[in-house]
Amino acid sequence: MNDNQEPVLVCKDLCISYYTRAGEIPAVVDFSLTVKPGETIGIVGESGCGKSTVAMAIMQYMGANGGIKSGGITFKGRDLTTLSEDQLRSIRGSEISMIYQEPFASLNPSLKIDTQLMEVPLAHENISKDEAYRRSVKMLTDVKLPDPERIMASYPHQLSGGQQQRVVIAMGLLSKPSLLLLDEPTTALDVTVEAGIVKLIGDISKTFGTSQIYISHNLGLILETCDRVFVMYSGEVVEEGTINSLFTWPKHPYTHGLFSCIPLPTADKNAAPLTPIRGQLPLPFERPSGCYFGPRCDHFERGLCDSAHFKMENVDGGAPDHRVRCLRYKNINHVKAQPGGTAKKTLKIGKSVLTVDRMKKYYEVKDTSLTALISGKRIRHVKANEELNFTAHESETVAIVGESGCGKSTFAKVLMGLETRTEGEIRHNGKNISKISVQDRSTKQIRSMQMVFQNPFDTLNPSHSIGGQISRVLRKFGVETDKKEIFDRVMTLLDTVKLPRDFYFRKPRQLSGGQKQRIGIARAFAGNPSIVIADEPVSALDVSVAAAVTELLMDIQRKHKTTLLFISHDLSVVRYLSDRIVVMYLGHILERGTANQIFAPPYHPYTEALLSAVPIADPEVTKRKIVLEGNLPSAMNPPKGCPFCTRCHRKLGDICDNELPAEQVVADRHVIKCHIPLEALKKVAPVIHVPDESERLQQQVAV
Amino acid sequence: MILLLLKRIGFMLFTMVVVSIILFLLLETGLTGDPATRVLGNFASDEQKEMWRDQHGYNQPTVVRYAKWLGNFATGNLGTSIRYKGPVKEVLLPRLWNTAVLGFWTFAIMIPLSLILGVLSGMKEGSILDRTISVFGILTTSVPEFASAVFFSALFVFGLKWLPGTSSMAGGFEFKQLILPALVLVVYDFGYVARMTRASMAEVMTSQYIRTAVLKGLPYKQVILKHALRNALIAPFTVIMLQINWLLSGVIVVEFFFAYKGFGALLLEASLNNDIALLEACAMVAVVVAVGSQTIADIGYTFLNPRIRFT
Amino acid sequence: MTTQSTTEMPAVGYGAAILRAIKSFGLLRESWVGMIGAFLVLFWVIVAIFAPLIAQFDPNASIQPFAKPGMVAASGSTFWLGTDHMGRDIMSRIVWGSRTVLVYAPLATLSAYTVGILMGLMAGYRGGLVDDVLSRISDIILSFPVLVLYIIVIATIGASGFNIVIAITFASSPGIMRIVRGLVLDLRNRDYVAAAQTRGETDWRIMLFEILPNARGPLIVDACLRLGYVIITIGVLGFLGLGLPPPDPDWGGMVNETRQMAMVFPHMTLFPCIAISSLILGFNLLADGLREISLRD
Repeated sequence: MNDNQEPVLVCKDLCISYYTRAGEIPAVVDFSLTVKPGETIGIVGESGCGKSTVAMAIMQYMGANGGIKSGGITFKGRDLTTLSEDQLRSIRGSEISMIYQEPFASLNPSLKIDTQLMEVPLAHENISKDEAYRRSVKMLTDVKLPDPERIMASYPHQLSGGQQQRVVIAMGLLSKPSLLLLDEPTTALDVTVEAGIVKLIGDISKTFGTSQIYISHNLGLILETCDRVFVMYSGEVVEEGTINSLFTWPKHPYTHGLFSCIPLPTADKNAAPLTPIRGQLPLPFERPSGCYFGPRCDHFERGLCDSAHFKMENVDGGAPDHRVRCLRYKNINHVKAQPGGTAKKTLKIGKSVLTVDRMKKYYEVKDTSLTALISGKRIRHVKANEELNFTAHESETVAIVGESGCGKSTFAKVLMGLETRTEGEIRHNGKNISKISVQDRSTKQIRSMQMVFQNPFDTLNPSHSIGGQISRVLRKFGVETDKKEIFDRVMTLLDTVKLPRDFYFRKPRQLSGGQKQRIGIARAFAGNPSIVIADEPVSALDVSVAAAVTELLMDIQRKHKTTLLFISHDLSVVRYLSDRIVVMYLGHILERGTANQIFAPPYHPYTEALLSAVPIADPEVTKRKIVLEGNLPSAMNPPKGCPFCTRCHRKLGDICDNELPAEQVVADRHVIKCHIPLEALKKVAPVIHVPDESERLQQQVAV
Repeated sequence: MILLLLKRIGFMLFTMVVVSIILFLLLETGLTGDPATRVLGNFASDEQKEMWRDQHGYNQPTVVRYAKWLGNFATGNLGTSIRYKGPVKEVLLPRLWNTAVLGFWTFAIMIPLSLILGVLSGMKEGSILDRTISVFGILTTSVPEFASAVFFSALFVFGLKWLPGTSSMAGGFEFKQLILPALVLVVYDFGYVARMTRASMAEVMTSQYIRTAVLKGLPYKQVILKHALRNALIAPFTVIMLQINWLLSGVIVVEFFFAYKGFGALLLEASLNNDIALLEACAMVAVVVAVGSQTIADIGYTFLNPRIRFT
Repeated sequence: MTTQSTTEMPAVGYGAAILRAIKSFGLLRESWVGMIGAFLVLFWVIVAIFAPLIAQFDPNASIQPFAKPGMVAASGSTFWLGTDHMGRDIMSRIVWGSRTVLVYAPLATLSAYTVGILMGLMAGYRGGLVDDVLSRISDIILSFPVLVLYIIVIATIGASGFNIVIAITFASSPGIMRIVRGLVLDLRNRDYVAAAQTRGETDWRIMLFEILPNARGPLIVDACLRLGYVIITIGVLGFLGLGLPPPDPDWGGMVNETRQMAMVFPHMTLFPCIAISSLILGFNLLADGLREISLRD
């Protein structure tokens, strides 16, 4: 990076609006940004903050109803807003390219990869088809795709998600652009695949000298990929600075609030609970005057913060390019060491409630292909769950962690009685429930085991009122029978999940995502269950909302001494809230133990890779990088030996390919399923290194 | 792929057998009224009916009769038409040819017209052209064929006196006589196909891969021709193939109205005159054509869509 | 955050439901296409309801043959749309004929929907063998060209209002089943359905209370389109001479009876054609307006 070089992109006082039948909606307000050659800029914010709009404005692709109201976007000295469609075309794809959130949707399903790649250089440069082909293959090799010729001849659906995203990245880089826009490029991918893509993106500017704008909601990813970061809230930038200064000394209350919402691997749910940001993101036409964050800010001062809109200003005594949009930042004293709120009391773990013993679940799939018909093997098994063993106790939170397709949701279905297991037993309070499907369970059994679902937009029936839906649960479970009593119980439940009582009459579409999840929690706890299964309850929510919902879930759990089975793919959330962790991969439990045991050696190699892949939004924490090769095998056709053998970075040899490893007991209830001897696993260094107080001081002196 | 083909053809045969059983039960057995009465009329005496039954083998067990009937059908012996006093085959084939000619011209106009209009309006959703085409499409599909036949006759035959009012082709084939029947069919159907094409095109145009193509810096023409059309025309292909099925209904009205000597008019005539053998043959032909075109549509869809073709 | 005010029990809300229905109908105002459609449909509904007041003559009475539109009858009333070859007043016949259409078409549609929805729910939610059997049956019925199917059915069971309803139910319920099945296949994977399953609700309750209400949007639009199509069918059957037995007025039949004279007396055929087309247009425009609105939010 050279400060004297001409900037690649300059956005100055940019205001972008959408024009709808409801009137003008300002999406982005007063946005300024400068990108220098080779620099990677991060834009971070929650959904609806306008970060993707910025990217689309730079591409000059805003649809019929969007437009730049004022300000300019200058790319290498040319004002993009004044260019004709033809001039734009010569810039798009050749000088500025874009990488998208969903790689599969971004590729044309009916054209082969070679056509889609080759047309980029063919459209922008006067070269032969052979040359275009050669370049495309070279680029596929550069983005670390094995067997590029085969990929060239494939259709998009024949590739895995990670491969598709690499193809899209290759497509973006083909004509050596000076600016690359990345809009949440890894959000749709699994964590271990994400790690590989993040590494590739990190290498791009080194290899190609491309400037990048990286848009994400994940502070950890921004930290790993970017040089400078812009924090956006409700259409405007509230703080900008270098990674180091902004992550170490966040000045804006919103930035600070974001950090307090993210569980760090150092944090513990009882000692330092998350502090959610109260309230909700204002809708664009409901923004308050003055500071947009005002109504949600703890440091809000009437008369000052709400008087007039104000500009970004340089942070006094901070790094030169650290700027903040806050009038009171000097008066706010953020104490870095204590991000959490007040400590909560630790729960005593009670008696065993749930025992899963050698539980297997196979699905039968009819193979309709001609070869199957000839060979007679018409029925194949999808081994969704293989020999699951674990126990859960009263008041305990057990997390089940794994990437998509690992069988965690299947397990939840079997537990709830929506599917019946193939072999093995599940005992709930001593009673074997594995063979009883939900229709045959008694009301008592049903109400004692309930579930919180993943998708907030799906969890409530849009046709019925909130009150009606909760009342139905109470009536069905026989909690109350009298109409008045039921109504009162619903009110109490609404109080419990901290929602206003008049939500009783509302329809789900009038609720925000977080509010819907709260209703989902109220519904699950309506019958005082002894076990609640939460299937990724916050993964679809923004961080500030997710923190509040997570805290609520745990508060209710504390009160009712409920056993919580928390299904998740996010290890940092899991570390934060669970007592015990079960790591699953391709239907197998590879490791299980307490949260501390899982996060410290000895690790299963897969756990090790998962830990390494977790983005951590703390610049002081260092990680050992482990990037897994290859794709997740299909559950239809799993490896013969250890399920992880195709991607394992510590693979021993043939034994891994051919034999299923046995469970090795490290300590009581800490089990690793691996061929590598425990002694060797114990010697592995920790993946995550959190500096202690003395190291931290040393570092600060060095800075 | 081959398996799918076999499956579709298998289903086609299955459907035809089931349909033949239903037809047989409906028309040839006492289920919905005595066939003898149906043929000979209400005033025939019992002896006459009994004689007719004996003559035509109606006193044999149902299963035997069905087997014979099916066997005859399979070998091309379609029976004798009561109304035309001759073998059904000889009556049917020229009529089928006439309808094929009418159908060909209808499709030759309707397909390009509706595809072009559909694609144009789908390209820019909400534009004036789009809204005009869309409302015009609703308007034309709202007028039943017999009504538009009346309107067009009033205009072109009685008003402007450009075209003949009947299409019986009494003095040999005359292209002029084909115009009105084809026009009525085209007008009624193009709106539907155009709307389907528009919906498909509009969906493709808002897809992310079109955004990718635009942001790659491809010329607009290339985005439309190479990226959009390819995906947008998969759905209309199926729709068009299924229109053959609809055409078989449409021709009945149009041929009846314009006295065109085609298959549809024949079928109607057969049913109004209780000409059982003729009705059966016509119905079977209709089903063969309909199921056949559906099979082609299914196979074509699979072939056009790489996501199904390679899995 | 919690409001302390005690919230009262909700009154049983049929009134509210009706109010909501009116309000959502008010949304139509935003779509002029839908408004025109609603107006046309409403016009014919009013005509049908007040037929005895609007029609000045007995629709089947032979009064004065071949009267041109606007001629005055001996009774002093005017033949606004003229009379037909049998001397019957065309306007009275059209007005009374609207009753035929607006009774049988909704009845047939309703009956087809009842059958189609039940079949679709079963096929989509239960899946497996039930789905296979129902889907095969509907495939077979749908493989018939529609009109051929009607002709065969009517030819065998005879023409009457009730039989037309039967024939339409038979021919359209497979199509409705397909739509419902598709919607159910999508909706049954929603988490709220899983929530209902995990609290042990019966299959029928889940189908009727959890799934069906959420499929109503596309089904209402389809019902409007189908209603238009059923009216076409009834008209065409009448036109082909397979409709209601004469002499009761039936728009399609009126066209059939008089089309040979269209050269000389175009009013005899034109007016019934305009009547039927405008009613169908009304339903189609209404469907389009409803779809436009449903896509908007």
